[in-house]
Amino acid sequence: MAKQVKQLDRVIIRFAGDSGDGMQLTGDRFTHETAAFGNDLSTLPNFPAEIRAPAGTLPGVSSFQLHFADHDILTPGDAPDVLVAMNPAALRANTKDLAAGATIIVDTHDFTARNLTRAGYTANPLEDGSLDKFSLHSVDLTALTVEAIKDFGLTRKDAGRTKNMFALGLLSWLYGRPVESTEAYLTKRFASKPDIRDANLAAFRAGWNFGETTEGFAVSYEVKPAPMRAGTYRNITGNLALSYGLVAASVRSRLPLFLGAYPITPASDILHELSKHKRFGVVTFQAEDEIAGIGAALGASFGGSLGVTTTSGPGIALKSETIGLAVSLELPLIVVDVQRGGPSTGLPTKTEQSDLLQAMFGRNGEAPVAIVAPQSPGDCFDAAVEAARIAVTYRTPVMLLSDGYLANGSEPWQLPDLDTLPTIDPCFATAANHETEVGDREFWPYKRDPETLARPWAIPGTPDLEHRVGGLEKADGHGNISYDPTNHDLMVRTRQAKIDRIADSIGPLEVDDPSGQARLLVLGWGSTYGPIGAACRRLRRHGLDVAQAHLRHLNPFPSNLGEVLRRYDRVVVPEMNLGQLGLLLRAKYLVDVIGYNQVRGLPFTATELEAVFTTTIEELHR
Amino acid sequence: MTTNLPTPGLRDVPTAETPMTRKDFASDQEVRWCPGCGDYIILAAVQGFLPTLGLRKENIVFVSGIGCSSRFPYYLETYGMHSIHGRAPAIATGLATARPDLSVWVVTGDGDALSIGGNHLIHALRRNVNLTILLFNNRIYGLTKGQYSPTSEPGKITKSTPMGSVDRPFNPVSLALGAEATFVARTLDSDRAHLTEVLQAAASHRGTSLVEIYQNCPIFNDGAFDVLKDKEQAEARLVRLEHGKPVRIGEREWIHDAHADDPSRAFEISRLDDGTMAHVPIGIFRQVERPTYDDQVRSQLTAAASTQGEGDLDALIAGSDTWTVSHAPS
Ligand SMILES: Cc1ncc(C[n+]2csc(CCOP(=O)(O)OP(=O)(O)O)c2C)c(N)n1
Ligand code: SF4
Ligand SMILES: [Mg+2]
Repeated sequence: MAKQVKQLDRVIIRFAGDSGDGMQLTGDRFTHETAAFGNDLSTLPNFPAEIRAPAGTLPGVSSFQLHFADHDILTPGDAPDVLVAMNPAALRANTKDLAAGATIIVDTHDFTARNLTRAGYTANPLEDGSLDKFSLHSVDLTALTVEAIKDFGLTRKDAGRTKNMFALGLLSWLYGRPVESTEAYLTKRFASKPDIRDANLAAFRAGWNFGETTEGFAVSYEVKPAPMRAGTYRNITGNLALSYGLVAASVRSRLPLFLGAYPITPASDILHELSKHKRFGVVTFQAEDEIAGIGAALGASFGGSLGVTTTSGPGIALKSETIGLAVSLELPLIVVDVQRGGPSTGLPTKTEQSDLLQAMFGRNGEAPVAIVAPQSPGDCFDAAVEAARIAVTYRTPVMLLSDGYLANGSEPWQLPDLDTLPTIDPCFATAANHETEVGDREFWPYKRDPETLARPWAIPGTPDLEHRVGGLEKADGHGNISYDPTNHDLMVRTRQAKIDRIADSIGPLEVDDPSGQARLLVLGWGSTYGPIGAACRRLRRHGLDVAQAHLRHLNPFPSNLGEVLRRYDRVVVPEMNLGQLGLLLRAKYLVDVIGYNQVRGLPFTATELEAVFTTTIEELHR
Repeated sequence: MTTNLPTPGLRDVPTAETPMTRKDFASDQEVRWCPGCGDYIILAAVQGFLPTLGLRKENIVFVSGIGCSSRFPYYLETYGMHSIHGRAPAIATGLATARPDLSVWVVTGDGDALSIGGNHLIHALRRNVNLTILLFNNRIYGLTKGQYSPTSEPGKITKSTPMGSVDRPFNPVSLALGAEATFVARTLDSDRAHLTEVLQAAASHRGTSLVEIYQNCPIFNDGAFDVLKDKEQAEARLVRLEHGKPVRIGEREWIHDAHADDPSRAFEISRLDDGTMAHVPIGIFRQVERPTYDDQVRSQLTAAASTQGEGDLDALIAGSDTWTVSHAPS
C-alpha cells in the first residue's frame, strides 16, 4: 500500500554524528538535493574545534543543520524538527535544542554501555523514557548498511563508513528529494575506487528503500518548491561567494588578483578556493605569517595588482601595522576578516561579530579605512565586488567583515548578471599631473582627484612617473617627506575626508517599514540579517509594526543614517558582540540605541529576537 | 623597441634606449644621513652602478624597511617604497611575483633584516624570489640612536646594555646559507670596486641575492670595521673569495667553488670569522642556480591557462549544480 504523503511548508533537519561520520557531507548532499528540488533553503554547519576529537565524545560531535521551505526563508532555523543522531554523543549534544514533538532518528548501533558512559549518559536514553516527548525512531542503521552492502567485499570498517549514505537515502525518501545529484556525485567522487563507489550507491539506495518499506515510517512528507524570482540558481557558501566576488572584481577591473594569506579558520577556504583559479591569472601566496601575507598583497598592489589578504581576527591583529602603511601609501587593498569567537584564539570554529571596532580603530594614528559587511552567504559575492570598487576607486584599504556563520553557511543564490556589476576602473596614471611655476611638467603622487580625493596610482614601469612612497608623513601634493605641523594636520584630515567621501557613492540606507507605522527600528549589520529579518516577519504576521534596516557600509555610514535613527522612537541593534555598532552609533549620532547582544558563538535565533522586539514594542505602547 | 639583457636576473626587464648616467638616478631629495656615514658611499656606488645595468629606470624598484639605511629609496630616481620595520622582503616578494618586468631591490639594516624582519628574510631566501637584498650591517641600531643589534659583538656596551650585551650575534652569511639561499655575498662600504662587482653579480643572479655590506656608523658604532680598512692589517684579515680562484689562509689553500650544490663548504668559509675579524671572507660565498619562486608561480598560471583555457567567469560562478526557475509559481 502506498504510504501517506503529508504536506509541510517548512522543515528543519539536523544531521549529527561523530566528526568521522561524514555528517558535513551528508548535509551537503541533502542540501544539493533540496536546492535541485527548488525549495528555498539555508544551512548551518557546526564543526567541532578539534580535527579528530576522541570518537564518541561530546567534543567530537559534528553537525549540519538545514532549513528548507516552500517560501522564502532567511535563517537555518531555530529548533530542528528532525534530528538524525549517529551515536550517543550526537544525541546527547543535540537533544536540548529540540522542541517537544520533534522527530529523532537514532542509529542504535553504538548504544553500548561503554559509549553511553563516554557520552555522559548514566542510563540508556532510548529505553529510560527520557525521550518520550519526541517521536523516536531507533534503528540500527549501521547493521542495515553493512547487510545491504555485504556483497561488495568491503572491510567491516569501510562498510560501516557508508552508513551516512544510508541515512541520507532514508531522509531523501522521507522528504521526497530527487536523488540524481547524489548518485552523480558519488559516481564521480569515487570513480577511481569502484567498490567504494558501488557500496556508497547501494547504501544510499538501501536507505531510500528502507524508508519506503519499513513500517516504522508510516508517512513521508512533501515540501513544495518555493516561488523564486526567475533565473538560474546554485547553492553557495559565503566563503565560496566571497572568492568568486574577488575573481569577478579582478576580471571586471582587469587587475590581476593577488592573494597573500596565512591559513586560519574560518578563512582558509578562500585561500584554497582561489588557489584553484590560476587560469584567471589569480596568484595565491601562502606566506610565512599574516604580516607577510598582507605585505606581499600590498607590494603587488603597488605593482598594479588587486591586492587581497584573507584572515580572521587574530590575523588582523598582526596585519594592523601594514594596514596603517596602506592607509599612508593610499593604495588599493582588500583585507578580508572572517570573524570568529575571540579574544585571542577564542572559538575558532564559532561565529562572532566582535572585530568591528578592531576594523574601525585597530591601528596607531588616525588611520581610517572603509568597512563593508555581507549579510548572507550569497551576498558575500556582492560585498567583495563592492570592497574592490571602493579600494580601487578611492585608493584605500577596505575591510570586508564576514564571519564564521556566513563563511560556512549556504543558501540558494541567483547567478548574477555579470554585466550589471559596478565598473571598477583602476585609471592608472600615465602622465605628469602638475606644472611647476617655471612650466615644467612633474608627477605629484599626492595630488588628488577633487571629487573622490583619491590620489593617482602610478605603477612601476610607467616612464617619467618615478616616485617614492612611504609611511612617513608626506607633503600634500608632491608627496615628499614633510614634518610640517600644519601639513600633517591637513593630511590627517584629508585622509579622513577621503574615506567620508565614499558615502557619496553608496546611496542612502533603505528601511523596510511596510506599514509606515513602525515606532521600533531594528538596525543590524553582517550575518544577523537572516534572524533579524525572520523575526520582523513574525512580528508583522502578528500584526505588529516594525521597521528593519541593515548596514552594508560600516565606514563610512550611509549619509542618511542619522536621520533614519532619529525617525523612530526606539532603535534596537542586535549584535553578536557586546555592542560595538551601538557604540559607534551613539558616539556619532547621539542616539540612545538599545543593544541586544550575545556571544555564544552561534547566530541569533529568530525566536529570541521575536521576543526581544515584541517586548520592546509593548514597552513603547505602555 | 626594447632589448633584454642576457643576465638571467634581469632577463625580463626592459632596457633603456639611451645610455644613462649617475645623475639620472639621483633624486631631488636632500640626503640626510650623518656626515661621514657609510650609507653615503654605498649610495654613491649604487647610483654609479645602476646606469651600467642599462635598464629603464622606471622598471627598477627599491623597497626598504625602517632604519637609517632604509632611507635609501628616497635618494634614487626610480620607483621606491619606504615601508615598515622588517617587512620589506615580504612586500618585495609580492611585487616581484606580480611583476617579472621589474628589477626589485630591498634595502635593509641589521636590525631591520635580522631582528624584526628575520622571519621574512629567511623565507624570502628559501623561496628564492627574484630580488636583490642589500643588508647594510653597521652592527648597531642607528636610527633609534644606538642600541645593540643582532650583529653586535658580545659584551657590547650600548645605551640598552650598559654592562655589555649578553646576546650572541648572528653571522648573516651563515644565517643566509642555512636558510637555503642561492646567492650570498659580503662586501665593504669603503671598497667601491668590490662593492660594484658584487652588486653586478647579485643583480644578474636569478633568485634572491643577499649582499651583506659592512657599513660604518660613525655616530653610534664608529670604527666597527676599521681593522678591515686599515692598509696595514686589511690584506692579512680579508679573505677574498672569487669563484675558481685560489684562497690562501696561512698554510691552508683551496680553490673557491661558489657553485657547489652543497652549501656546507660555503658555510664553513662563513665561519672563518670567529668574531675577532682575524679572517673575514668577502666576495661571493655561494651562487647556484635554482628555480625561483616567482618564475614557478607564473609558469603555473600559464600552464593552467593553456591546459584549461582562459578563465570563463560565467562558467566559474555557475559551477556544476545549477537549476533554473523560469517563472514564479503563483
Ligand atoms: C614596529 C617598529 N618597531 C620599532 C621601530 C623603531 N626602529 C626604527 S629603526 C630601528 C632599528 C634600526 O636598526 P637597523 O635596521 O640596523 O638600521 P640602521 O638605522 O642601523 O641603518 C628601530 C628599532 C619601528 N620603526 N617600528
Ligand atoms: S646614525 Fe649612524 S647609520 Fe644612521 S645616519 Fe648616522 S651615521 Fe649613518
Ligand atoms: Mg644597523
